[in-house]
Amino acid sequence: MENVLQIFKERIASATASKSPLRIKGNGTKDWYGQSLQGEVLDTTAYSGIIAYDPTELVVTARAGTSLREIGKALSEKNQMLAFEPPRFDGLATIGGIVASGLSGPRRQAVGTVRDFVLGAVLMDGKADVMHFGGQVMKNVAGYDVSRLLTGSMGTLGLILEVSIKVLPRPVAQQSLQFAMTQEQALHQLNVWGGQPLPLSASCWHNGLLAIRLSGAQAAVDAAIKKMGGDALPEPEKFWDRLREQEHAFFDGVLQDKEQGLWRLSVPSVAPVLNLQGEQCIEWGGAQRWLKTTASAAEIRAVAEQVGGHATLFKGGDKSVGVFHPLQPAVERIHRNLKNAFDPAGIFNPGRMFTNF
Amino acid sequence: MNAKTEAAFTLSRQHEVVNALRAVLPAHSILFNEEDTRPYECDGLSAYRQLPMVVVLPENEAQIVDILKICLRLSVQVVPRGAGTGLSGGAMPIADGVVLSTARLNKIVKLDPYARTAVVQPGVRNLAISEAAQAHGLYYAPDPSSQIACSIGGNVAENSGGVHCLKYGLTVHNVLRVRVVTIEGDIIELGNAALDASGLDLLAVFIGSEGMLGVATEITVKLVPKPQQARVIMASFDDVVKGGNAVANVIAAGIIPAGLEMMDKTSSRMVEPFVKAGYDIDAEAILLCESDGTAEEVEEEIQHMTEVLNASGATAIAVSKDEAERMKFWSGRKNAFPAAGRISPDYYCMDGTIPRKHLAKVLLGIAEMEKTYGLRCANVFHAGDGNLHPLILFDANQPGEFDRAEKFGAAILELCVEVGGTITGEHGVGIEKINSMCVQYSEQERDAFFAVKRAFDVAFLLNPDKAIPTLVRCAEYGKMHVKRGELKFSDLPRF
Repeated sequence: MENVLQIFKERIASATASKSPLRIKGNGTKDWYGQSLQGEVLDTTAYSGIIAYDPTELVVTARAGTSLREIGKALSEKNQMLAFEPPRFDGLATIGGIVASGLSGPRRQAVGTVRDFVLGAVLMDGKADVMHFGGQVMKNVAGYDVSRLLTGSMGTLGLILEVSIKVLPRPVAQQSLQFAMTQEQALHQLNVWGGQPLPLSASCWHNGLLAIRLSGAQAAVDAAIKKMGGDALPEPEKFWDRLREQEHAFFDGVLQDKEQGLWRLSVPSVAPVLNLQGEQCIEWGGAQRWLKTTASAAEIRAVAEQVGGHATLFKGGDKSVGVFHPLQPAVERIHRNLKNAFDPAGIFNPGRMFTNF
Repeated sequence: MNAKTEAAFTLSRQHEVVNALRAVLPAHSILFNEEDTRPYECDGLSAYRQLPMVVVLPENEAQIVDILKICLRLSVQVVPRGAGTGLSGGAMPIADGVVLSTARLNKIVKLDPYARTAVVQPGVRNLAISEAAQAHGLYYAPDPSSQIACSIGGNVAENSGGVHCLKYGLTVHNVLRVRVVTIEGDIIELGNAALDASGLDLLAVFIGSEGMLGVATEITVKLVPKPQQARVIMASFDDVVKGGNAVANVIAAGIIPAGLEMMDKTSSRMVEPFVKAGYDIDAEAILLCESDGTAEEVEEEIQHMTEVLNASGATAIAVSKDEAERMKFWSGRKNAFPAAGRISPDYYCMDGTIPRKHLAKVLLGIAEMEKTYGLRCANVFHAGDGNLHPLILFDANQPGEFDRAEKFGAAILELCVEVGGTITGEHGVGIEKINSMCVQYSEQERDAFFAVKRAFDVAFLLNPDKAIPTLVRCAEYGKMHVKRGELKFSDLPRF
């Protein structure tokens, strides 16, 4: 692995010297995500493998290019999991890519997102210096939390080489229910349940049907089913897997219509039904609203802002409107300062998050 | 060590700053006479003191904006301060600087039980949030042991934990949004009422930044449903290693306890006469293992935990029968600090975190250090997440003892880093552990931290000289101590 690191070092040093952009890439399962792809590919897949995994410490440390298939296999042998349920995209998605993109799946509503599980990261910055941030322990307040800053940074601050992630045991019991409900009813019900001590681990409303998953101790799941009613969800594992992998029926045909974009609106769970043209699918207890629409970015963003959230053009559509929600000027200034600090020559994934960033 | 610190600023400078502040603040919000500023000379780490030049007590965000603009214009260094309960000297004043207390911003702006969030000002006490949410069956999960007094603004600055964070997370996992005033007087929103925000995760960087990036003026926290029931198991072990293994076995069995705490014999003997919690004072280690949830869930989990603890060699096991007994079992652990104060004139609390598998090695190392430094040490341990609180007992009135206690503490932290851990799990670096940062981080890493600070605080005026040591400081410290590259176990991933 030392020779791989050496190659990374040389390429980054030379890219910085010549100010030529590099495009960090694992298996390319999320090439469609983000603003634009620029620069020569810097392939991370050669830097792969689990470095340390001790189930009793609840931590796995892996090199960026390690596939989620490999990590998933190691964890399931010990009956543990990546609790934030990232999309695996046929198992090819890499752990570096998941941390860089910050994508989480259905269980996010119950346990938190990628950044909540990132304990440490090793970064190669624009000067090709290797730096360690955070660690392998769950509580660590020594220095600023740079490893969480890197999470979701779309590779714009440097090359993430290694990450340490907190893992959790798989739940003892899991059951799923479904309810026929309008969107309005579903949103209300999800928020009412959210305030009760119920082992809710995922939810999905689409097309008049609300599906929920309960995970935890057998007794807790049994008691919740009694309380909540509803019907058993058919083929529950397949259902949640498909949702996690963005293969749920809602996601079908997203890229067929060029005019149509798939938007991800991140809003407070209590936000009312959003009055926007198009089809919606709702996860995370109401906090994540997927929208397939031809509505304008300005209209979508105005609606998201009005309820206190933001909107991302997740897939397809016209990216010239800006994939990620525009930043407040003072916040943008801080972004720029951080970018200049870690990547002074602007070589890492330029334009992937924001134009000119 | 408790000698009064001297004022170290010129009167003309003080006049200049006070006069400028008078233009934007009422007189009662500006303190500059020694009898008024004296109470602000230290935080919970009273061994480190400095009399500040001026203390300001703003009552709203607009005043904070004005104060910071003035400080920027006059190049005055600012130390933000919450309730002053911090244990690392993070709020220790700067001699010719201003202390900005957020104590008067103490309102709960909005509590929304339907959305399960509370919007609060930074001076609101941690426990006050849970008290306000109680009527709705909700609470704010992070529970640092100072929760009766510490403020949420301080919790954000330190990324505070508590005894339940293995299951419920730290401050960073329970805060959705922080509204911040920068040194330039800009108001920025980090995070929002949704679960994530656009751009880089500046919220995560701000939390735990020890008042060095900006001043929080409003915080949105998550509230979670209060578990219907909680019960705790008290287990005794005749060997600390067995106790440590029992913790690993509980986790390996797929259980995430609501709380998982360990105390060594010195600690249980220290607290038992004080609180009469019923601790087995002959045990080498006592483990408290808590389950919470519905009655059925707790029943099932307690049974499972009991089996694992028995199989791990527990010599005695008691399960709390009711809430009163649960509180009694916890009382010893929760009163470990005051108990230390009772048996020893002074104590020094450390806060390293280690991978749990190295517990035996670290405890053995600490036992050796007790001989080296000629001081006793009691160990209480957030065992579930590896956060160790060695309490070094000393008497500051004995010449040289404080010095030895400090060296003892630094040696413990170096051992924590050596086994792949960190110098602070939840108390922060502040001024106290700043030298130990040289052991944990390389020069490039420390430079990166400085760059993060400058990205927010371009003028380098907010709580400077805390948390991140300069190259010069590390060079001085390095003369006496090994640097990271020369540590043993160089094959361990160390970050």
